[in-house]
Amino acid sequence: MTVKKNPILALGAMTAVAALALTGCSSGGSDEASEKDGSTTLTVWVDADRAPVLKDVAAAFEDESGIKVKLVQKDFGKIQEQFVQQVPTGKGPDITIGAHDWLGDFVTNGVVQPIELGDTAGDFQDVAITAMSYDGKTYGVPYSIESIALLRNTELAPEAPASYDDMVQMGTDAGTEFPFLVQVGEESDPYHLYPFQTSFGAPVFGTNDDGSYNSDDLQIGNDGGIEFANWLAEQGAAGLLPTTVDGDIAKEKFVSGDSPFLITGPWNVGAAEEAGIDLAVDPIPAPGSGPAQPFVGVQGFYVSAKSKNVLAATEFLTNYIGTKDVQLELYKVGNRAPALTAAFDEASADPITAAFGEVGANGVPMPNIPEMGAVWQYWGVTEADIINGKGDPAELWTTMADDIQSAIDGE
Amino acid sequence: MSTQTPHAPSGRELRQRRRARQIAEHASGGILSLIIKIALIAVVDAISLFALFVAMTQRQWIVFAVVLVIAAVVNVVYFTRGWLPAKYLTPGLVFLLIFQVFVIGYTGYIAFTNYGTGHNSTKEDAVMALVQSAQERVPDSPAYDLTVLEQLGNYSFLVTAPDGTVSVGDDDTPLSSVGDAEMSGGVAVGLPGYTSLDFAGILEHQKEIAAMTVQISDDPNDGALRTPDGSKAYLYVSTLEYDEAAGTMTDTETGTVYSDTGVGAFTAESGEQLMPGWSINVGVENFTKAFTEQSIRGPLISVTIWTFAFALLSVLTTFALGLFLAIVFNDMRMKGRKLYRVVMILPYAFPGFLGALVWAGLLNRDFGFVNDVLFGGAAIPWLTNTWLAKLSILWVNLWLGFPYMFLVCTGALQSIPDELTEAATVDGAKPFAVFRLIKLPLLLVSIAPLLISSFAFNFNNFNLIYMLTEGGPRDAAAGINVGGTDILISMVYKVAFDGATSDYGLASAFSIIIFVVVALVAIISFKQTKALEDLN
Repeated sequence: MTVKKNPILALGAMTAVAALALTGCSSGGSDEASEKDGSTTLTVWVDADRAPVLKDVAAAFEDESGIKVKLVQKDFGKIQEQFVQQVPTGKGPDITIGAHDWLGDFVTNGVVQPIELGDTAGDFQDVAITAMSYDGKTYGVPYSIESIALLRNTELAPEAPASYDDMVQMGTDAGTEFPFLVQVGEESDPYHLYPFQTSFGAPVFGTNDDGSYNSDDLQIGNDGGIEFANWLAEQGAAGLLPTTVDGDIAKEKFVSGDSPFLITGPWNVGAAEEAGIDLAVDPIPAPGSGPAQPFVGVQGFYVSAKSKNVLAATEFLTNYIGTKDVQLELYKVGNRAPALTAAFDEASADPITAAFGEVGANGVPMPNIPEMGAVWQYWGVTEADIINGKGDPAELWTTMADDIQSAIDGE
Repeated sequence: MSTQTPHAPSGRELRQRRRARQIAEHASGGILSLIIKIALIAVVDAISLFALFVAMTQRQWIVFAVVLVIAAVVNVVYFTRGWLPAKYLTPGLVFLLIFQVFVIGYTGYIAFTNYGTGHNSTKEDAVMALVQSAQERVPDSPAYDLTVLEQLGNYSFLVTAPDGTVSVGDDDTPLSSVGDAEMSGGVAVGLPGYTSLDFAGILEHQKEIAAMTVQISDDPNDGALRTPDGSKAYLYVSTLEYDEAAGTMTDTETGTVYSDTGVGAFTAESGEQLMPGWSINVGVENFTKAFTEQSIRGPLISVTIWTFAFALLSVLTTFALGLFLAIVFNDMRMKGRKLYRVVMILPYAFPGFLGALVWAGLLNRDFGFVNDVLFGGAAIPWLTNTWLAKLSILWVNLWLGFPYMFLVCTGALQSIPDELTEAATVDGAKPFAVFRLIKLPLLLVSIAPLLISSFAFNFNNFNLIYMLTEGGPRDAAAGINVGGTDILISMVYKVAFDGATSDYGLASAFSIIIFVVVALVAIISFKQTKALEDLN
């Protein structure tokens, strides 16, 4: 009897040991670089949208140089955390795709290494190179830039607004539910409201000579910031920035024609066009006296600090990813303006890309320094409270600036 | 009559044959199962061997030892006669080891380190990363065309400056100009006595070549050439110098010396630290931090109270509603009970986090269905007023949680014999008395452990809080990153993972503290349940 029952038990045991073996493998195995010399393999982490493009690039690269490129598809949202965790164990990739605002975290954790673009650095848009730099060194090869701009429903507003008041006036005249739309949400959305803030001369951080952010110079609480806070309170009282409008609602209302304007990024263009809205893209009108500069997000590729194939990786990034054709292919799958100037000029045949690109080129990179974490913590909540009239705007804004400063100092 | 056929089997023979057949049958079955057993164990051993091999090449000796021990135990257990309990228990124990003991042990280990942003690897890695990113290109320096030369396993740089000067140098000898280089298109491509490496050759030795620094002159402060791609060389100076003997980093510009002061990062006398640092053992620091750091200590009491209130009320409300519905739908007189039951269970079939997201939309102040339709357009701040948000959380959790209680109560009610109810009724007990004195106590005996586990689950119900309110509403004036509906686990998440910085050490310490709290509550509750059982 006991003998007869054993197979089932053995099966269970087998599964157990198999699981253990797999754990063993995953904690120790698949070290690409440890393969024998001679057959160089570059491992590249890439997200699902960009994988098909890179597949062709990789094949071309392999034909020409004999270096194999192994593409590993990853969920974009999980790459940052996994890269930081896996590089130290030696199992990370040689190259990963990423957003520029991860850079501070990457450098602090010592998982990326600087890349020398040489003379090709000048071929990229300035804002892209600045975004990919940390502490005066460039760490990545950028491929796209994106920012928010003003989307206009030309049927409801035939002309671009000249100023913020103009926009509100035009919106009111259009007789729609909202004069203009911007996503705010219950904890506000400082990213989408940032162009308004910069027009009052209140950036988050001051900048160094080379355009990088200086974490010792917190600017958010300056006089311009107070002015912005008062302005927010006024707009809130006038019902122009309802905190109940989140991203989904803003998009839905614009798509259904409930407002002539929406401040958003290229990611909502598709939905609006599908709904048959005739779109135009304009710069964001400034309520303050300065220019309304949105944050610019840059995507690019980083080289791991522990890559054993540095030369091959650099070759792949500068001479393949950094070329016009590849940048244009990457543009086609994501509709984000290419970071390479030559590619951008060609992509600008599309008026919407051209307009977004123009707004982005005048924008400021989103700070990639780790101190930004402390800022996000307090920024939105304070804005929301000011909009909803919970207290004196200047006082709330000053408290926020102090809280951010002490959070930065405490780290 | 007595003509007995000599070949006809006698009773004894028949018995013997039957026995023989039985033995043969048994043995053949045994052989079959033995073969299967051997095959399966062989597979297990093959996989273990492979894992051992991988672990060995990776020098993961702990993994190696664990796999070895487990494989040995499995073999011994299944090839030894007897040991029947072990044969049943081994698979379960192995799983327990991997998925419970290991995870808990690892969390415990992390809780005593400073593992997190800036401290996520070894000191060796930190040094490497610091030196790597300390290479600064000399401003306005030219790009040199490069040919990598090889001679007897040593590599040299043959560089052509933009002005046409050709020079050669290697790791130990600074650049010196040469005249007899082989030129091609104004670029030096070879030197007598050396082999020029093509791209494939460079790739084969890229580790060595990428690490080469060729000084441009005898003075190290003038900088050194390095190559990022094997075809161009650039001039760099290092802003940090690592002194291996002293274990210190020196900033070559300011002269500041950073040394390892035992805090897991190179630290200057002024307290300034170089990042990245490395992961070290910090003892109980994370635990003391959990109780002393202002950002945690301030809201800790109110958050703890709300966590207990939330978990307790969630269990009570879902249990009450589930039980009520179970009793109602257990009544035989009700028509179409099965259909109703299916409808009741629907929220349970809905993924919890999705349900919470949908409810967040429904409860939106201006555009939500609840205010728009049910309250005729009133602007009730369901999710933005502290007390209403707490109410909303409990309400949504009730919606999500009652089907489970409904299911288990239905099952438990049906297992209570009808005779008890009948006997009580005959004795003159009113329906409510029957419920309170007979059904409820019997029910609690089987349901109480489930209530305790439900409490433990809700105590850490991170999904609901994060999807519905993100812990908010927050009071901006309070200056802390904790909102009105934050429970312990979501507060820990906010403290340990704010923005891009993550502090796994602190998070692990907190999970252990929370684990202890939940365990204590569970132990006490189970003691009470035992008393309940004895009572009956």
